[in-house]
Amino acid sequence: MNEKKNKKKQNRLIMRSAILLVLIAAIGYTIYNSATADDVTVLEVGDKAPDFALADLEGNDHKLSDYKGQGVFLNFWGTWCKPCAKEMPAMDRQFDVFKDQGVQVLAVNIAQSDFEVQSFSDQYGLSFPIVIDKTKSVMTAYNIRPLPTTVLINPEGEIERIVTGEMTEEDIKGFMEEIKPE
Amino acid sequence: MEKIQCQCGHLNPPGTVLCEACGRSLTEKEQKSKLVDMRYEGTARRSQTYNKSIIDKIWNFFSSVKVGVSLIVLLLVAAAIGTILPQKAYIPATTAAEIKAYYTDVYGSVGRVYHFLGFHDMYSSFWFILLVGLLAISLIVASLDRFVPLYRSLKNQRVLRHISFMNKQRIFADGPGADDSLQKAEAKLKELKYKVTTDKNGLLAEKGRFSRWGPYVNHIGLIIFLFGVMLRMMPGFYVDESLWLREGETRAIPEAPGYSLESKGFELETYTGEDDEAVFNEAIDRVGSVAKNYQTDIVLYQKPEDSLPGATDLEKVKESSIRVNEPLKFDGYAIYQMDFRLDELKAMKFQLTNKETEESLGELTIDLINPEKTYEFENGATVNLLGYYPDFSGFENGEPQTATPLPNNPGFLVEMKTPETPDGETSFITIKNTVEPFGENQYKLAFQAAETRDVSGLTIRKDRTLPILGLGGLIFMIGVAQGMYFNHRRFWIQQKADGEILLAGHTNKNWFGLKKDLDQVTEYASLPAYVDQQEEIEKAEKLESEEQS
Repeated sequence: MNEKKNKKKQNRLIMRSAILLVLIAAIGYTIYNSATADDVTVLEVGDKAPDFALADLEGNDHKLSDYKGQGVFLNFWGTWCKPCAKEMPAMDRQFDVFKDQGVQVLAVNIAQSDFEVQSFSDQYGLSFPIVIDKTKSVMTAYNIRPLPTTVLINPEGEIERIVTGEMTEEDIKGFMEEIKPE
Repeated sequence: MEKIQCQCGHLNPPGTVLCEACGRSLTEKEQKSKLVDMRYEGTARRSQTYNKSIIDKIWNFFSSVKVGVSLIVLLLVAAAIGTILPQKAYIPATTAAEIKAYYTDVYGSVGRVYHFLGFHDMYSSFWFILLVGLLAISLIVASLDRFVPLYRSLKNQRVLRHISFMNKQRIFADGPGADDSLQKAEAKLKELKYKVTTDKNGLLAEKGRFSRWGPYVNHIGLIIFLFGVMLRMMPGFYVDESLWLREGETRAIPEAPGYSLESKGFELETYTGEDDEAVFNEAIDRVGSVAKNYQTDIVLYQKPEDSLPGATDLEKVKESSIRVNEPLKFDGYAIYQMDFRLDELKAMKFQLTNKETEESLGELTIDLINPEKTYEFENGATVNLLGYYPDFSGFENGEPQTATPLPNNPGFLVEMKTPETPDGETSFITIKNTVEPFGENQYKLAFQAAETRDVSGLTIRKDRTLPILGLGGLIFMIGVAQGMYFNHRRFWIQQKADGEILLAGHTNKNWFGLKKDLDQVTEYASLPAYVDQQEEIEKAEKLESEEQS
């Protein structure tokens, strides 16, 4: 009798704990989702970087997957964005250092005209390829909101880090070290 | 706590008010009252009975109706406060910092507190979701806690109840009956669609027991509804995005991977007031113009399966128009015409003129969306575009700046070369003025005309949770109907050896209907007249208070 009672009590405890746990987990998950709802299909560190193909100013296609085995420093920018313009020369200098170590810089301009992008590139004498996302499809695929945003992709094609806002030359150097192939 | 043994010998779970078997009152309070409390059939709400481990205590907390009602009141108050100032979606600010500043600037310290507490985006604030979640837990726990014992109790009903149970029912009769009263009552009750069970000298007639499940069905509906709302926060279930699309532009559709939309043109039609539109004349006179149609002509593209974002090999899916209330529908998405902006600059036409003679060397048109580098004239003159600043906002270190990528206030740095001025003259042109940085020029670009384009404000919607919300709503309504429009009616009748009839009746609502049924049975089976004991009590109380006054 007592044994039976104890067993019943234990079952009840397990049952109640399970129900409460499931419900609390559901609430927790919902709150977590709502807190991160600003970026709906969130790209996260560790995700595979979505592949894309964009043409640069010379009309050459750049496919992200072509750079597999190299670290890719993917920078989204626009000519109107002042912090973007500020970090460009530093990126160019660090690209000079790291390009022989297997780091590629790809600057993705958001839907501006060839003229604007070309004059910007000429003005700053940029040596890395600049591609233009004419329909904002890559921007949408990467869910880029503020500019500049830099996505650091390691040689395995996974996202190593996402940086929003301006970077100093020190930052850029450190990030390139991070994604440099071994 | 120990089990309670009733005088009849039955062992009841602790907390039971009325013996599960015979119906005798088990608590002192119950024994003293004139009518029994039939809520949950006098069974013990399960959580009241055990209160030992921490889990039991949490369970007990959520099982309380007081807690549930408090949560509902809290939600109501919060929702009411949330309507005092506009939600963030309805204020003219987009970034987090702007929104914060807006509330402080416009509504002062009240706005600051409002924003700080998350009322500006209430449905997404963690405390609102938490409250709704706690309410969901309360619904589930409270329902389980009441449904299980109630179900058990109604399933194991005994036919023969103790007299102390019967004479404390609201409807009670007691008196001599005919020999065949019991059989006749059974026949009549069956005719009235009661389910009748007999035992020795008694019967139990029951109808509409399922109405007792109404509240629980109703709660299941609510839980499903809340689950659907929860799914909205998961990626892929719910999309509500906006897209500003300019005429001639092709843009990837946000949250619709692989799809792009091109605007072929935006059209705003107004009523002319002529012919059969004459009815609008009065309104047109009053307000100036009346819109007839907002329409964006679009082409929908999809990228081929093996193609990548950014690739230009888009496949045309369809060409159609989006009008108000006539969205473009594809693949679970709907794109609505929501807003528009007319006449954004698209191209500007200039004339290259000699300032002195006003002689023109020809015209050039600069496409503001995709400007060219060099413009050549027939007589050998050229204009080179050195810099283009679509939204010129001033100089910084002598460098012209642009605030946005949109051609709101275009500025051009040009170099003009003519046979007369082969070295070239430089000029910085904006809509308002022209600067000649390297001294007086002989030539100028004189503004002639501007081409404009319209912008469509579109909304992209997808809602996979609608069927779930619909199902939840339907079940909720079924539960409401079940509990409201049907009643659980019961009669207990016993005939003692001396022919005396004991009768008790109970329903969870609509006593009038119960009495109508009983009137028919009483007449047919010659049962003793019944008394509505509650009415008697009320009458007595009324009389008493009248005497006192």
